[in-house]
Amino acid sequence: MPLDPTYVGRSFPGAEPFAVGAEIIRQFAVAIGDDNPLYHDKVAAQSAGHLDVVAPPTFAIRVIARAQDAVMFDPALGLDFSMVVHRDQSFVHHRPIVAGDELSAVVHIDAIRVLAGNDVLTVRTEVTDSHDTPVCTAVGTLVARAS
Amino acid sequence: MIDFHSLELGSALPPLTVQVTRAQLVRYAGASGDFNPIHWNERVATSVGLPGVIAHGMLTMALAGRIVTNWAGDPGMVSSLGVTFTRPVVVPDDDEGATVEITAVIGALDTEAHTARVDVTAKFNDQTVLGKARGTVTFR
Repeated sequence: MPLDPTYVGRSFPGAEPFAVGAEIIRQFAVAIGDDNPLYHDKVAAQSAGHLDVVAPPTFAIRVIARAQDAVMFDPALGLDFSMVVHRDQSFVHHRPIVAGDELSAVVHIDAIRVLAGNDVLTVRTEVTDSHDTPVCTAVGTLVARAS
Repeated sequence: MIDFHSLELGSALPPLTVQVTRAQLVRYAGASGDFNPIHWNERVATSVGLPGVIAHGMLTMALAGRIVTNWAGDPGMVSSLGVTFTRPVVVPDDDEGATVEITAVIGALDTEAHTARVDVTAKFNDQTVLGKARGTVTFR
């Protein structure tokens, strides 16, 4: 089933802000096998000029997942999730994510295309902090293989 | 601390070899919130046509990020990271897991912005698993 093309250009604010804590950053760092002291030790992070422990570059996916899933799993969009493959992902960090951040995510559907019979969806999520300052721009492409 | 002016185009970063095990996939599922069963359940993975349980693409991307942050020292200097997922990393049900070999070179230097583009190669079974894997490191 083709995706609903009227979703292109629409934006979807996520519900609750994501409260970034030191423990979830540490857990994420452990999960990717990284013992960089700036992920684990507040003193080390502060001596490098950060307010608190820093998140790894791909931690932003944890922050945007809830807002993004709400859009992706919307039945009206028509995405068959059992057939979805993540094709690419990028993060532009306007500043590092640190423990103590309260982050909001707004999901934008930038493009819906059909390539070789597969639906290709480009999703951009803009992450801002509690002062509305840009923190991260995440862009991902999802491919729903034709069944 | 790396001096930006000492950087040379094409020079290699210290390589990184990671053994990705099923235990790590479970840990990553919990930490990332991605509980798709293809990353921990053989029965589900094979039923959708995969050769077996595969690593989260985002975990492989995180490993590509590690070679960049290891080199930069301060992960806050990594101002961008992007990849294309080209092949899955199949993780066997044993203690060794899948061996992912990560290498990187300095692909571009911007002397005005004081940024270095790092081009990352991630290989599993001698085949690349990421395409266009690039990070940008911003030097103060």
